[in-house]
Amino acid sequence: MIAQATNPFGERNKILETVAAWVLGLLWLLPLIYAIWTAFHPAEFATRFSLTAPLTLQNFVNAWNAAPFPRYFLNTFLLVTMILIAQMVLATMAAYAFSRYRFRGDNIMFMLVLMQLMVMPDILIVENYNTMNLLGLRDTILSIGLPYFASAFGIFLLRQTFKTVPRELDEAATVEGASAMQVLWKVYVPLAKPIYLAFGLVSISTHWNNFLWPLIVTNSVESRPLTVGLQVFSSTDQGVDWSIITSATLMTSAPLLLAFLLFQRQFVQSFMRAGIR
Amino acid sequence: MNRTQFSITPWLLLMPAMVLLVAFTHYPAVATIWHSFFSTPKGASPSVFVGLENYALMADDPVFWRALFNNLWFALGTIPVSIALAIMMALWVNDKLLGRGLLRLAYFTPTVLPMIAVANIWLFFYTPQYGLLEQLTNALGLPSHNWLGNPDTVLGCMMVVAIWKEAGFFMIFYLAALQQISPVLAEAAGLEGASRWQYFWKVQFPLLMPTTLFVLINALINSFRLVDHIVVMTKGGPDNASSLLLYYIYEVGFSFWDSSYAAALTVVLLMMLAVIAFVKFRILDRRTHYQ
Repeated sequence: MIAQATNPFGERNKILETVAAWVLGLLWLLPLIYAIWTAFHPAEFATRFSLTAPLTLQNFVNAWNAAPFPRYFLNTFLLVTMILIAQMVLATMAAYAFSRYRFRGDNIMFMLVLMQLMVMPDILIVENYNTMNLLGLRDTILSIGLPYFASAFGIFLLRQTFKTVPRELDEAATVEGASAMQVLWKVYVPLAKPIYLAFGLVSISTHWNNFLWPLIVTNSVESRPLTVGLQVFSSTDQGVDWSIITSATLMTSAPLLLAFLLFQRQFVQSFMRAGIR
Repeated sequence: MNRTQFSITPWLLLMPAMVLLVAFTHYPAVATIWHSFFSTPKGASPSVFVGLENYALMADDPVFWRALFNNLWFALGTIPVSIALAIMMALWVNDKLLGRGLLRLAYFTPTVLPMIAVANIWLFFYTPQYGLLEQLTNALGLPSHNWLGNPDTVLGCMMVVAIWKEAGFFMIFYLAALQQISPVLAEAAGLEGASRWQYFWKVQFPLLMPTTLFVLINALINSFRLVDHIVVMTKGGPDNASSLLLYYIYEVGFSFWDSSYAAALTVVLLMMLAVIAFVKFRILDRRTHYQ
Protein backbone atom coordinates (compact mmCIF):
# COMPACT_ATOMS: atom_id res chain seq x y z
CA MET A 1 0.00 0.00 0.00
CA ILE A 2 2.15 2.84 -1.26
CA ALA A 3 -0.87 5.12 -1.29
CA GLN A 4 -1.20 5.07 2.49
CA ALA A 5 2.42 5.94 3.19
CA THR A 6 2.22 9.34 1.56
CA ASN A 7 0.22 12.02 3.27
CA PRO A 8 -2.16 13.75 0.87
CA PHE A 9 -2.17 16.91 3.01
CA GLY A 10 1.56 17.50 3.47
CA GLU A 11 4.11 16.76 6.17
CA ARG A 12 3.91 20.09 8.00
CA ASN A 13 0.31 19.34 8.94
CA LYS A 14 1.33 15.98 10.28
CA ILE A 15 3.98 17.35 12.65
CA LEU A 16 1.56 19.95 13.95
CA GLU A 17 -1.09 17.30 14.52
CA THR A 18 1.30 14.96 16.29
CA VAL A 19 2.30 17.70 18.72
CA ALA A 20 -1.31 18.70 19.36
CA ALA A 21 -2.36 15.08 19.84
CA TRP A 22 0.36 14.52 22.41
CA VAL A 23 -0.40 17.71 24.30
CA LEU A 24 -3.98 16.56 24.66
CA GLY A 25 -2.82 13.03 25.52
CA LEU A 26 -0.60 14.30 28.34
CA LEU A 27 -3.35 16.58 29.57
CA TRP A 28 -5.64 13.54 29.61
CA LEU A 29 -3.17 11.48 31.60
CA LEU A 30 -2.30 14.29 34.00
CA PRO A 31 -4.92 13.53 36.69
CA LEU A 32 -3.91 9.87 36.71
CA ILE A 33 -0.17 10.64 36.83
CA TYR A 34 -0.85 13.07 39.64
CA ALA A 35 -2.75 10.42 41.59
CA ILE A 36 0.02 7.88 41.07
CA TRP A 37 2.64 10.41 42.24
CA THR A 38 0.70 11.13 45.42
CA ALA A 39 0.01 7.49 46.18
CA PHE A 40 3.64 6.35 45.88
CA HIS A 41 5.27 9.18 47.84
CA PRO A 42 5.18 10.18 51.54
CA ALA A 43 2.46 12.63 52.49
CA GLU A 44 4.81 15.63 52.65
CA PHE A 45 5.47 15.22 48.91
CA ALA A 46 1.78 14.98 48.02
CA THR A 47 1.87 18.39 46.40
CA ARG A 48 5.61 19.01 46.16
CA PHE A 49 7.27 17.69 43.08
CA SER A 50 10.92 16.75 43.39
CA LEU A 51 12.94 14.07 41.64
CA THR A 52 14.59 13.12 44.92
CA ALA A 53 11.32 12.34 46.69
CA PRO A 54 11.54 8.83 48.17
CA LEU A 55 9.17 6.17 46.85
CA THR A 56 7.00 4.32 49.34
CA LEU A 57 4.24 1.73 49.54
CA GLN A 58 3.30 2.81 53.05
CA ASN A 59 0.21 4.71 51.84
CA PHE A 60 -1.20 1.52 50.36
CA VAL A 61 -0.48 -0.41 53.55
CA ASN A 62 -2.16 2.27 55.63
CA ALA A 63 -5.20 2.40 53.35
CA TRP A 64 -5.52 -1.39 53.27
CA ASN A 65 -5.45 -1.55 57.07
CA ALA A 66 -7.72 1.42 57.64
CA ALA A 67 -10.87 -0.12 56.13
CA PRO A 68 -12.21 -3.61 55.38
CA PHE A 69 -10.99 -3.55 51.78
CA PRO A 70 -10.54 -7.34 51.47
CA ARG A 71 -14.24 -7.71 52.25
CA TYR A 72 -15.17 -4.97 49.75
CA PHE A 73 -13.09 -6.67 47.07
CA LEU A 74 -14.86 -9.96 47.79
CA ASN A 75 -18.28 -8.26 47.66
CA THR A 76 -17.55 -6.59 44.33
CA PHE A 77 -16.17 -9.82 42.92
CA LEU A 78 -19.31 -11.73 43.99
CA LEU A 79 -21.58 -8.98 42.68
CA VAL A 80 -19.92 -8.73 39.28
CA THR A 81 -19.81 -12.52 38.83
CA MET A 82 -23.43 -12.94 39.87
CA ILE A 83 -24.65 -10.25 37.50
CA LEU A 84 -22.53 -11.56 34.63
CA ILE A 85 -23.82 -15.12 34.93
CA ALA A 86 -27.45 -14.06 35.35
CA GLN A 87 -27.29 -11.63 32.42
CA MET A 88 -25.64 -14.17 30.13
CA VAL A 89 -28.18 -16.93 30.88
CA LEU A 90 -31.31 -14.74 30.80
CA ALA A 91 -30.25 -12.75 27.75
CA THR A 92 -29.30 -15.90 25.82
CA MET A 93 -32.69 -17.48 26.46
CA ALA A 94 -34.66 -14.35 25.63
CA ALA A 95 -32.61 -13.60 22.52
CA TYR A 96 -33.10 -17.19 21.36
CA ALA A 97 -36.87 -16.80 21.74
CA PHE A 98 -36.87 -13.56 19.76
CA SER A 99 -34.60 -14.71 16.95
CA ARG A 100 -35.71 -18.32 16.36
CA TYR A 101 -39.42 -18.23 17.06
CA ARG A 102 -42.36 -16.23 15.74
CA PHE A 103 -45.11 -15.94 18.27
CA ARG A 104 -48.17 -13.84 18.93
CA GLY A 105 -47.09 -10.56 20.48
CA ASP A 106 -43.39 -11.01 19.82
CA ASN A 107 -43.03 -7.44 18.58
CA ILE A 108 -44.79 -6.02 21.62
CA MET A 109 -42.60 -8.11 23.91
CA PHE A 110 -39.50 -6.86 22.14
CA MET A 111 -40.62 -3.25 22.46
CA LEU A 112 -41.16 -3.84 26.19
CA VAL A 113 -37.60 -5.12 26.43
CA LEU A 114 -36.18 -2.16 24.52
CA MET A 115 -37.86 0.27 26.91
CA GLN A 116 -35.15 -0.55 29.43
CA LEU A 117 -32.55 1.07 27.18
CA MET A 118 -34.20 4.42 27.94
CA VAL A 119 -35.63 3.89 31.41
CA MET A 120 -32.88 2.12 33.31
CA PRO A 121 -33.17 0.86 36.88
CA ASP A 122 -30.52 3.51 37.69
CA ILE A 123 -33.13 6.26 37.83
CA LEU A 124 -35.99 4.31 39.46
CA ILE A 125 -34.19 4.33 42.78
CA VAL A 126 -37.10 5.19 45.08
CA GLU A 127 -39.49 2.47 43.89
CA ASN A 128 -36.82 -0.20 43.58
CA TYR A 129 -35.70 0.58 47.11
CA ASN A 130 -39.27 0.00 48.31
CA THR A 131 -39.42 -3.28 46.37
CA MET A 132 -36.19 -4.48 47.99
CA ASN A 133 -37.60 -3.57 51.39
CA LEU A 134 -40.76 -5.50 50.62
CA LEU A 135 -38.79 -8.56 49.53
CA GLY A 136 -36.66 -8.31 52.67
CA LEU A 137 -33.53 -8.13 50.53
CA ARG A 138 -32.25 -4.67 51.45
CA ASP A 139 -28.56 -4.56 52.34
CA THR A 140 -27.64 -7.79 50.52
CA ILE A 141 -25.39 -8.28 47.53
CA LEU A 142 -28.35 -9.86 45.72
CA SER A 143 -30.35 -6.63 46.07
CA ILE A 144 -27.60 -4.66 44.30
CA GLY A 145 -27.55 -7.04 41.37
CA LEU A 146 -31.19 -8.10 40.96
CA PRO A 147 -32.45 -5.04 39.00
CA TYR A 148 -29.69 -5.59 36.43
CA PHE A 149 -30.15 -9.33 35.87
CA ALA A 150 -32.40 -8.84 32.84
CA SER A 151 -30.40 -6.68 30.47
CA ALA A 152 -32.23 -5.22 27.48
CA PHE A 153 -28.86 -4.36 26.04
CA GLY A 154 -27.67 -7.97 26.27
CA ILE A 155 -30.91 -9.32 24.80
CA PHE A 156 -30.72 -6.85 21.92
CA LEU A 157 -27.07 -7.58 21.19
CA LEU A 158 -27.52 -11.37 21.21
CA ARG A 159 -30.73 -11.22 19.19
CA GLN A 160 -28.90 -9.33 16.44
CA THR A 161 -26.17 -11.97 16.44
CA PHE A 162 -28.50 -14.98 16.59
CA LYS A 163 -30.40 -13.62 13.61
CA THR A 164 -27.26 -13.93 11.49
CA VAL A 165 -26.94 -17.68 12.22
CA PRO A 166 -27.63 -19.50 8.92
CA ARG A 167 -30.99 -21.25 9.03
CA GLU A 168 -29.49 -24.32 7.31
CA LEU A 169 -27.29 -25.00 10.34
CA ASP A 170 -30.31 -24.83 12.62
CA GLU A 171 -32.39 -27.08 10.36
CA ALA A 172 -29.63 -29.62 9.91
CA ALA A 173 -29.27 -29.96 13.67
CA THR A 174 -33.03 -30.24 14.12
CA VAL A 175 -33.31 -32.93 11.45
CA GLU A 176 -30.68 -34.94 13.28
CA GLY A 177 -32.95 -34.87 16.30
CA ALA A 178 -31.41 -32.13 18.43
CA SER A 179 -33.79 -30.49 20.89
CA ALA A 180 -34.30 -26.72 20.99
CA MET A 181 -31.90 -26.45 23.91
CA GLN A 182 -29.26 -28.54 22.16
CA VAL A 183 -29.52 -26.40 19.04
CA LEU A 184 -29.05 -23.30 21.16
CA TRP A 185 -26.04 -24.71 22.98
CA LYS A 186 -24.37 -26.44 20.01
CA VAL A 187 -25.16 -24.06 17.15
CA TYR A 188 -26.07 -20.55 18.33
CA VAL A 189 -23.89 -19.98 21.39
CA PRO A 190 -20.55 -21.00 19.79
CA LEU A 191 -21.20 -18.67 16.84
CA ALA A 192 -21.81 -15.72 19.15
CA LYS A 193 -18.57 -16.02 21.14
CA PRO A 194 -17.13 -12.58 20.25
CA ILE A 195 -20.40 -10.95 21.28
CA TYR A 196 -20.37 -12.77 24.60
CA LEU A 197 -16.83 -11.50 25.20
CA ALA A 198 -17.82 -7.95 24.26
CA PHE A 199 -20.93 -7.97 26.40
CA GLY A 200 -19.04 -9.58 29.28
CA LEU A 201 -16.32 -6.93 29.38
CA VAL A 202 -18.84 -4.11 29.18
CA SER A 203 -20.97 -5.70 31.91
CA ILE A 204 -18.02 -6.28 34.24
CA SER A 205 -16.70 -2.75 33.96
CA THR A 206 -20.18 -1.23 34.27
CA HIS A 207 -21.02 -3.07 37.47
CA TRP A 208 -17.55 -2.82 38.98
CA ASN A 209 -18.02 0.96 38.66
CA ASN A 210 -21.68 1.24 39.64
CA PHE A 211 -22.16 3.49 42.63
CA LEU A 212 -25.48 5.24 43.29
CA TRP A 213 -27.77 2.21 43.56
CA PRO A 214 -25.41 0.20 45.82
CA LEU A 215 -24.91 3.34 47.94
CA ILE A 216 -28.67 3.49 48.48
CA VAL A 217 -29.46 -0.14 49.04
CA THR A 218 -26.54 -1.20 51.27
CA ASN A 219 -25.45 -0.02 54.69
CA SER A 220 -23.10 -2.62 56.09
CA VAL A 221 -19.57 -3.84 55.47
CA GLU A 222 -20.91 -7.30 54.56
CA SER A 223 -22.71 -6.11 51.44
CA ARG A 224 -20.95 -2.91 50.33
CA PRO A 225 -19.09 -3.08 47.03
CA LEU A 226 -15.70 -1.37 46.54
CA THR A 227 -17.08 1.86 45.11
CA VAL A 228 -19.32 2.48 48.12
CA GLY A 229 -16.62 1.28 50.51
CA LEU A 230 -14.19 3.75 48.97
CA GLN A 231 -16.68 6.59 49.36
CA VAL A 232 -17.40 5.74 53.00
CA PHE A 233 -13.67 5.46 53.63
CA SER A 234 -12.63 8.71 51.98
CA SER A 235 -15.50 10.83 53.26
CA THR A 236 -15.62 9.80 56.91
CA ASP A 237 -12.53 7.96 58.11
CA GLN A 238 -9.73 9.94 56.60
CA GLY A 239 -10.30 13.65 56.85
CA VAL A 240 -7.94 15.07 54.28
CA ASP A 241 -5.04 12.62 54.14
CA TRP A 242 -4.85 12.69 50.36
CA SER A 243 -1.95 10.25 50.09
CA ILE A 244 -4.04 7.53 51.68
CA ILE A 245 -7.21 8.44 49.79
CA THR A 246 -5.47 8.36 46.42
CA SER A 247 -3.80 5.03 47.25
CA ALA A 248 -7.20 3.59 48.15
CA THR A 249 -8.62 5.06 44.95
CA LEU A 250 -5.92 3.49 42.80
CA MET A 251 -6.17 0.23 44.68
CA THR A 252 -9.90 -0.11 44.01
CA SER A 253 -9.56 0.64 40.31
CA ALA A 254 -6.36 -1.40 39.87
CA PRO A 255 -7.88 -4.75 38.84
CA LEU A 256 -9.98 -3.13 36.12
CA LEU A 257 -7.11 -0.92 35.00
CA LEU A 258 -4.72 -3.87 34.83
CA ALA A 259 -7.23 -5.97 32.92
CA PHE A 260 -7.66 -3.07 30.54
CA LEU A 261 -3.91 -2.66 29.98
CA LEU A 262 -3.52 -6.40 29.35
CA PHE A 263 -6.53 -6.77 27.06
CA GLN A 264 -6.57 -3.29 25.57
CA ARG A 265 -7.49 -4.40 22.08
CA GLN A 266 -10.34 -6.63 23.24
CA PHE A 267 -11.66 -3.87 25.51
CA VAL A 268 -11.72 -1.23 22.79
CA GLN A 269 -13.21 -3.65 20.27
CA SER A 270 -15.80 -4.82 22.78
CA PHE A 271 -16.93 -1.33 23.64
CA MET A 272 -17.05 -0.58 19.93
CA ARG A 273 -19.03 -3.72 19.09
CA ALA A 274 -21.37 -3.22 22.02
CA GLY A 275 -22.02 0.38 21.15
CA ILE A 276 -22.78 0.09 17.47
CA ARG A 277 -26.26 -1.19 17.07
CA MET B 1 -39.46 -26.38 13.30
CA ASN B 2 -42.37 -24.75 15.05
CA ARG B 3 -41.85 -21.32 13.60
CA THR B 4 -45.47 -20.59 12.80
CA GLN B 5 -47.73 -22.80 14.87
CA PHE B 6 -48.25 -22.03 18.55
CA SER B 7 -45.48 -23.16 20.78
CA ILE B 8 -44.94 -22.72 24.49
CA THR B 9 -41.15 -22.82 24.13
CA PRO B 10 -40.48 -19.14 23.28
CA TRP B 11 -42.64 -18.03 26.21
CA LEU B 12 -40.77 -20.28 28.59
CA LEU B 13 -37.48 -18.94 27.26
CA LEU B 14 -38.65 -15.37 27.60
CA MET B 15 -40.28 -15.63 31.01
CA PRO B 16 -37.36 -15.23 33.46
CA ALA B 17 -36.04 -12.09 31.74
CA MET B 18 -39.55 -10.67 31.31
CA VAL B 19 -40.48 -11.19 34.97
CA LEU B 20 -37.37 -9.33 36.13
CA LEU B 21 -37.82 -6.56 33.57
CA VAL B 22 -41.38 -6.00 34.67
CA ALA B 23 -40.43 -6.13 38.36
CA PHE B 24 -37.54 -3.65 38.18
CA THR B 25 -38.26 -1.46 35.16
CA HIS B 26 -41.92 -1.41 34.09
CA TYR B 27 -43.58 -1.76 37.48
CA PRO B 28 -41.40 0.89 39.21
CA ALA B 29 -41.92 3.30 36.31
CA VAL B 30 -45.71 2.96 36.57
CA ALA B 31 -45.64 2.93 40.39
CA THR B 32 -43.61 6.15 40.35
CA ILE B 33 -46.34 7.92 38.38
CA TRP B 34 -49.06 6.45 40.63
CA HIS B 35 -47.30 7.38 43.89
CA SER B 36 -46.66 10.92 42.73
CA PHE B 37 -50.40 11.58 43.26
CA PHE B 38 -50.29 10.49 46.91
CA SER B 39 -48.77 11.93 50.08
CA THR B 40 -45.79 10.40 51.82
CA PRO B 41 -46.90 8.24 54.78
CA LYS B 42 -45.51 9.72 57.99
CA GLY B 43 -45.73 7.89 61.30
CA ALA B 44 -49.41 7.50 62.16
CA SER B 45 -50.77 9.30 59.10
CA PRO B 46 -51.09 6.95 56.12
CA SER B 47 -50.60 7.88 52.48
CA VAL B 48 -53.65 9.68 51.02
CA PHE B 49 -54.56 10.80 47.54
CA VAL B 50 -53.54 14.44 47.08
CA GLY B 51 -54.00 14.89 43.34
CA LEU B 52 -51.50 17.29 41.85
CA GLU B 53 -50.27 18.67 45.16
CA ASN B 54 -46.75 17.26 44.74
CA TYR B 55 -46.54 18.86 41.32
CA ALA B 56 -47.78 22.20 42.68
CA LEU B 57 -45.08 21.95 45.33
CA MET B 58 -42.54 21.23 42.63
CA ALA B 59 -43.55 24.25 40.56
CA ASP B 60 -42.88 26.45 43.60
CA ASP B 61 -39.66 24.70 44.59
CA PRO B 62 -36.63 26.82 43.61
CA VAL B 63 -34.26 23.89 44.25
CA PHE B 64 -36.10 21.77 41.67
CA TRP B 65 -35.83 24.50 39.04
CA ARG B 66 -32.19 25.04 39.92
CA ALA B 67 -31.43 21.31 39.54
CA LEU B 68 -33.37 21.10 36.28
CA PHE B 69 -31.62 24.09 34.73
CA ASN B 70 -28.26 22.94 36.07
CA ASN B 71 -28.92 19.64 34.32
CA LEU B 72 -29.77 21.34 31.04
CA TRP B 73 -26.67 23.54 31.28
CA PHE B 74 -24.63 20.49 32.19
CA ALA B 75 -25.86 18.66 29.07
CA LEU B 76 -25.38 21.73 26.90
CA GLY B 77 -21.88 22.33 28.26
CA THR B 78 -20.55 18.78 28.20
CA ILE B 79 -22.02 17.19 25.08
CA PRO B 80 -20.75 19.48 22.27
CA VAL B 81 -17.28 19.69 23.82
CA SER B 82 -17.02 15.91 24.39
CA ILE B 83 -18.17 15.24 20.84
CA ALA B 84 -15.72 17.75 19.34
CA LEU B 85 -12.87 16.32 21.41
CA ALA B 86 -13.90 12.76 20.57
CA ILE B 87 -13.82 13.51 16.84
CA MET B 88 -10.42 15.16 17.17
CA MET B 89 -9.02 12.25 19.15
CA ALA B 90 -10.41 9.74 16.67
CA LEU B 91 -8.92 11.62 13.69
CA TRP B 92 -5.52 11.70 15.37
CA VAL B 93 -5.55 8.09 16.48
CA ASN B 94 -6.79 7.02 13.05
CA ASP B 95 -3.94 8.84 11.26
CA LYS B 96 -0.59 7.14 11.47
CA LEU B 97 0.78 9.48 14.12
CA LEU B 98 3.82 8.74 16.23
CA GLY B 99 2.87 6.53 19.20
CA ARG B 100 -0.80 6.32 18.37
CA GLY B 101 -1.24 3.14 20.41
CA LEU B 102 -0.14 5.02 23.50
CA LEU B 103 -2.32 7.97 22.58
CA ARG B 104 -5.37 5.78 22.26
CA LEU B 105 -4.56 4.34 25.68
CA ALA B 106 -4.24 7.84 27.17
CA TYR B 107 -7.58 8.97 25.74
CA PHE B 108 -9.51 5.83 26.60
CA THR B 109 -8.23 5.13 30.14
CA PRO B 110 -10.64 7.50 31.96
CA THR B 111 -13.53 5.46 30.54
CA VAL B 112 -12.42 2.34 32.38
CA LEU B 113 -11.94 4.04 35.76
CA PRO B 114 -14.91 4.10 38.14
CA MET B 115 -16.55 7.54 38.23
CA ILE B 116 -16.13 7.55 42.00
CA ALA B 117 -12.36 7.03 41.68
CA VAL B 118 -12.21 9.74 39.03
CA ALA B 119 -14.15 12.07 41.32
CA ASN B 120 -11.71 11.46 44.18
CA ILE B 121 -8.73 12.29 41.98
CA TRP B 122 -10.35 15.44 40.61
CA LEU B 123 -11.45 16.49 44.09
CA PHE B 124 -7.79 16.57 45.04
CA PHE B 125 -7.07 18.47 41.83
CA TYR B 126 -9.53 21.22 42.78
CA THR B 127 -8.71 21.35 46.53
CA PRO B 128 -8.18 24.88 47.86
CA GLN B 129 -4.66 25.88 48.94
CA TYR B 130 -2.72 22.77 47.98
CA GLY B 131 -4.59 21.20 45.04
CA LEU B 132 -2.74 21.07 41.73
CA LEU B 133 -4.93 23.68 40.10
CA GLU B 134 -4.32 26.06 42.99
CA GLN B 135 -0.57 25.52 42.75
CA LEU B 136 -0.70 26.20 39.04
CA THR B 137 -2.60 29.47 39.47
CA ASN B 138 -0.26 30.47 42.33
CA ALA B 139 2.78 29.84 40.15
CA LEU B 140 1.27 32.08 37.48
CA GLY B 141 0.64 34.73 40.10
CA LEU B 142 -3.15 34.51 39.83
CA PRO B 143 -5.33 35.01 42.91
CA SER B 144 -6.40 31.99 44.95
CA HIS B 145 -9.80 30.56 44.05
CA ASN B 146 -12.01 28.01 45.76
CA TRP B 147 -13.14 26.18 42.64
CA LEU B 148 -15.73 23.88 44.21
CA GLY B 149 -16.78 26.30 46.94
CA ASN B 150 -17.92 29.01 44.56
CA PRO B 151 -21.41 28.71 43.02
CA ASP B 152 -20.15 30.38 39.83
CA THR B 153 -17.44 27.85 39.06
CA VAL B 154 -18.64 24.59 40.62
CA LEU B 155 -20.86 23.44 37.74
CA GLY B 156 -18.10 24.21 35.25
CA CYS B 157 -15.71 22.07 37.30
CA MET B 158 -18.21 19.20 37.21
CA MET B 159 -18.50 19.57 33.44
CA VAL B 160 -14.73 19.30 33.02
CA VAL B 161 -14.75 16.02 34.95
CA ALA B 162 -17.59 14.62 32.82
CA ILE B 163 -15.89 15.67 29.58
CA TRP B 164 -12.62 14.09 30.69
CA LYS B 165 -14.43 10.85 31.53
CA GLU B 166 -16.58 10.57 28.39
CA ALA B 167 -14.63 11.98 25.42
CA GLY B 168 -12.43 8.88 25.14
CA PHE B 169 -15.49 6.63 25.22
CA PHE B 170 -17.11 8.48 22.33
CA MET B 171 -13.78 8.46 20.49
CA ILE B 172 -13.97 4.73 19.84
CA PHE B 173 -17.30 5.03 18.01
CA TYR B 174 -15.81 7.67 15.75
CA LEU B 175 -12.72 5.54 15.30
CA ALA B 176 -14.88 2.64 14.15
CA ALA B 177 -16.72 4.93 11.72
CA LEU B 178 -13.52 6.50 10.37
CA GLN B 179 -12.12 3.09 9.60
CA GLN B 180 -15.08 2.55 7.28
CA ILE B 181 -14.16 5.60 5.18
CA SER B 182 -12.08 4.60 2.18
CA PRO B 183 -8.57 6.15 2.03
CA VAL B 184 -9.22 6.76 -1.64
CA LEU B 185 -11.40 9.71 -0.67
CA ALA B 186 -8.47 11.40 1.08
CA GLU B 187 -6.27 10.72 -1.94
CA ALA B 188 -8.77 12.27 -4.30
CA ALA B 189 -9.29 15.29 -2.05
CA GLY B 190 -5.50 15.77 -1.81
CA LEU B 191 -5.12 15.60 -5.58
CA GLU B 192 -7.89 18.15 -6.03
CA GLY B 193 -5.93 20.49 -3.78
CA ALA B 194 -8.31 20.37 -0.82
CA SER B 195 -6.86 21.29 2.58
CA ARG B 196 -7.04 18.96 5.56
CA TRP B 197 -9.68 21.29 7.00
CA GLN B 198 -11.82 21.19 3.86
CA TYR B 199 -11.50 17.44 3.65
CA PHE B 200 -12.76 17.15 7.22
CA TRP B 201 -15.76 19.45 6.83
CA LYS B 202 -16.78 18.40 3.32
CA VAL B 203 -16.10 14.67 3.46
CA GLN B 204 -15.40 13.18 6.87
CA PHE B 205 -17.83 15.13 9.05
CA PRO B 206 -20.90 14.42 6.87
CA LEU B 207 -19.98 10.73 6.71
CA LEU B 208 -19.68 10.67 10.52
CA MET B 209 -23.18 12.10 10.99
CA PRO B 210 -24.90 8.81 11.96
CA THR B 211 -22.19 8.26 14.60
CA THR B 212 -22.64 11.81 15.89
CA LEU B 213 -26.37 11.27 16.30
CA PHE B 214 -25.83 7.96 18.05
CA VAL B 215 -23.27 9.50 20.41
CA LEU B 216 -25.52 12.49 21.00
CA ILE B 217 -28.40 10.31 22.22
CA ASN B 218 -26.11 8.32 24.50
CA ALA B 219 -24.52 11.47 25.87
CA LEU B 220 -27.95 12.98 26.56
CA ILE B 221 -29.09 9.92 28.49
CA ASN B 222 -25.84 9.86 30.45
CA SER B 223 -26.13 13.50 31.41
CA PHE B 224 -29.40 12.70 33.17
CA ARG B 225 -28.26 9.41 34.62
CA LEU B 226 -24.76 9.93 36.02
CA VAL B 227 -24.49 11.78 39.33
CA ASP B 228 -21.75 9.77 41.09
CA HIS B 229 -19.31 12.68 40.85
CA ILE B 230 -21.84 15.05 42.41
CA VAL B 231 -22.29 12.74 45.41
CA VAL B 232 -18.54 12.51 45.95
CA MET B 233 -17.35 16.01 45.11
CA THR B 234 -20.01 18.58 46.05
CA LYS B 235 -23.19 16.94 47.37
CA GLY B 236 -25.02 19.35 45.09
CA GLY B 237 -23.56 22.39 46.81
CA PRO B 238 -22.70 25.12 47.41
CA ASP B 239 -26.29 26.36 47.62
CA ASN B 240 -27.50 23.70 45.12
CA ALA B 241 -25.31 25.24 42.42
CA SER B 242 -24.14 21.81 41.26
CA SER B 243 -27.28 19.78 41.99
CA LEU B 244 -28.57 17.73 39.03
CA LEU B 245 -32.06 16.27 38.71
CA LEU B 246 -31.19 12.70 39.70
CA TYR B 247 -29.06 13.97 42.57
CA TYR B 248 -31.98 16.02 43.86
CA ILE B 249 -34.23 12.93 43.60
CA TYR B 250 -31.66 11.01 45.63
CA GLU B 251 -31.53 13.81 48.22
CA VAL B 252 -35.32 14.09 48.54
CA GLY B 253 -35.83 10.34 48.58
CA PHE B 254 -33.03 9.26 50.89
CA SER B 255 -32.03 12.29 52.98
CA PHE B 256 -35.43 13.92 53.47
CA TRP B 257 -37.28 10.59 53.05
CA ASP B 258 -40.10 12.29 51.12
CA SER B 259 -40.83 9.43 48.72
CA SER B 260 -43.94 10.99 47.12
CA TYR B 261 -42.17 14.20 46.21
CA ALA B 262 -39.24 12.14 44.95
CA ALA B 263 -41.74 10.21 42.81
CA ALA B 264 -43.06 13.45 41.29
CA LEU B 265 -39.48 14.53 40.53
CA THR B 266 -38.77 11.14 38.96
CA VAL B 267 -41.79 11.62 36.68
CA VAL B 268 -40.11 14.76 35.32
CA LEU B 269 -36.93 12.76 34.68
CA LEU B 270 -38.97 10.02 32.98
CA MET B 271 -40.59 12.65 30.78
CA MET B 272 -37.18 13.98 29.74
CA LEU B 273 -36.09 10.46 28.80
CA ALA B 274 -39.36 9.89 26.94
CA VAL B 275 -38.67 13.00 24.87
CA ILE B 276 -35.17 11.73 24.08
CA ALA B 277 -36.61 8.34 23.12
CA PHE B 278 -39.24 9.97 20.93
CA VAL B 279 -36.65 12.06 19.11
CA LYS B 280 -34.47 9.01 18.65
CA PHE B 281 -37.11 6.66 17.27
CA ARG B 282 -39.31 9.09 15.36
CA ILE B 283 -36.82 11.48 13.85
CA LEU B 284 -33.23 10.32 13.99
CA ASP B 285 -33.68 6.66 13.18
CA ARG B 286 -35.48 7.66 10.01
CA ARG B 287 -32.87 10.12 8.88
CA THR B 288 -29.69 8.20 9.54
CA HIS B 289 -30.20 5.32 7.13
CA TYR B 290 -28.80 7.14 4.16
CA GLN B 291 -25.32 5.80 4.59
